[in-house]
Amino acid sequence: MNVAADTTSDRIAQYAHPERLVTTQWLADHLATPGLVVVESDEDVLLYETGHIPGAVKIDWHTDLNDPDVRDYVDGARFAQLLGSKGITRDTTVVVYGDKGNWWAAYTLWVLSLFGHEDVRLLDGGRGLWIAEGRVMTTDATRPTAVEYPVVDRDDTTLRAFRDDVLAHLGNPLVDIRSPREYNGELAHMPDYPNEGALRTGHIPTARNVPWATAVAEDGTYRSRPELEAIYQSGGLGLKDDDSVITYCRIGERSSHTWFALKHLLGIERVRNYDGSWTEWGNSVRVPIVKGDEPGELPG
Amino acid sequence: MADDRSVDVPETFARIRADFLELSQADRLLLLLEFSRELPELPERFASAPELLERVEECQAPVRAFTEVDEAGIVHFYASAPPEAPTTRGFAAILAEGLAGLTAEQVLALPDDYPFTLGLTEAVSLLRLRGMSGMLTRTKRQVREQLAT
Repeated sequence: MNVAADTTSDRIAQYAHPERLVTTQWLADHLATPGLVVVESDEDVLLYETGHIPGAVKIDWHTDLNDPDVRDYVDGARFAQLLGSKGITRDTTVVVYGDKGNWWAAYTLWVLSLFGHEDVRLLDGGRGLWIAEGRVMTTDATRPTAVEYPVVDRDDTTLRAFRDDVLAHLGNPLVDIRSPREYNGELAHMPDYPNEGALRTGHIPTARNVPWATAVAEDGTYRSRPELEAIYQSGGLGLKDDDSVITYCRIGERSSHTWFALKHLLGIERVRNYDGSWTEWGNSVRVPIVKGDEPGELPG
Repeated sequence: MADDRSVDVPETFARIRADFLELSQADRLLLLLEFSRELPELPERFASAPELLERVEECQAPVRAFTEVDEAGIVHFYASAPPEAPTTRGFAAILAEGLAGLTAEQVLALPDDYPFTLGLTEAVSLLRLRGMSGMLTRTKRQVREQLAT
């Protein structure tokens, strides 16, 4: 870890890995710290250009992190080129924030984690909280000095699940973080969002529905550890520290947000995000699907 | 490539396309940002009654738009999208500028794939361009409906 963790918040200190989250005030106090790079990742590809945290660079989930041809993330060489061009070395402390309650920020953090970038943190509350608090934004272009980032292989086994991994996982906990009407099969996509082409609706058998926003308070910051435990662990879903868990949503962005909470805030070690999510499952031939509000039974 | 296509759309749409295509990928994004700042305000009758506008389901952002054909057969396009959705605002502003003064027939003759000819696929992504495509499709449908009544 290059830059010391944020130890200013009692709430953050309670989490299993408090070094993964920083407060807006901590970030404001550390903006010019050598070895720290702030990354903005938004749903809207132009939002960064309308104003961003001073010195922040932009990483777009779609045009930067996704391979343009194959439905997959960029390879190690492209990833190295991308991060190097943003002034990020392998040792850099990266703090990610973004719009929509940090969906894409969490997604970017998760992709950086697939490549084993060690010190990547989330700005608690994201872009929304930073703005709500009246903190400084700028349209001044950030011109990072390009640095060397090593070419590393992506690890697609520890934090990422593919369709066949999910099939093999059935019987273990699955968390579907979509809206209730996507879960029960009324909708193929989020309310008010485009249908990205799922042919079937419903959910993966036995998946439990906990919409992503359940994990955050009104200001967009994560709920306290006791509150998260009550939602996902005893009293709620009943997830245990040694469970193997898979999260999914529509294309893997909202579930990255919950993945972060389970993995880093609650400390459940084995949590994978299924980025194929419903846009893959809902189109796959012969995979089992359950409709309705109940998780349903394991296929025979 | 722009020359091959310049005959198939009305002048303003052709100029907008040429403006985009002559820029680098990064500058195309900035031009879209300029458009987003120029999206005209809604006239009062729509601003005070947003239900008159139709939600564009294909857009990720909550954009609403409506197209009117006046008695002279001229099309008027109105749209609103929040400042947090500059890409969508940019798409709407391109349509607002391009559609201004066109006849209903000219609008119906617009190629459905116009949004994909602006050279924005790399900078913005195909997924997001579908939002603009959805706006155009809905515009044409609204024009068709009004011509039929």
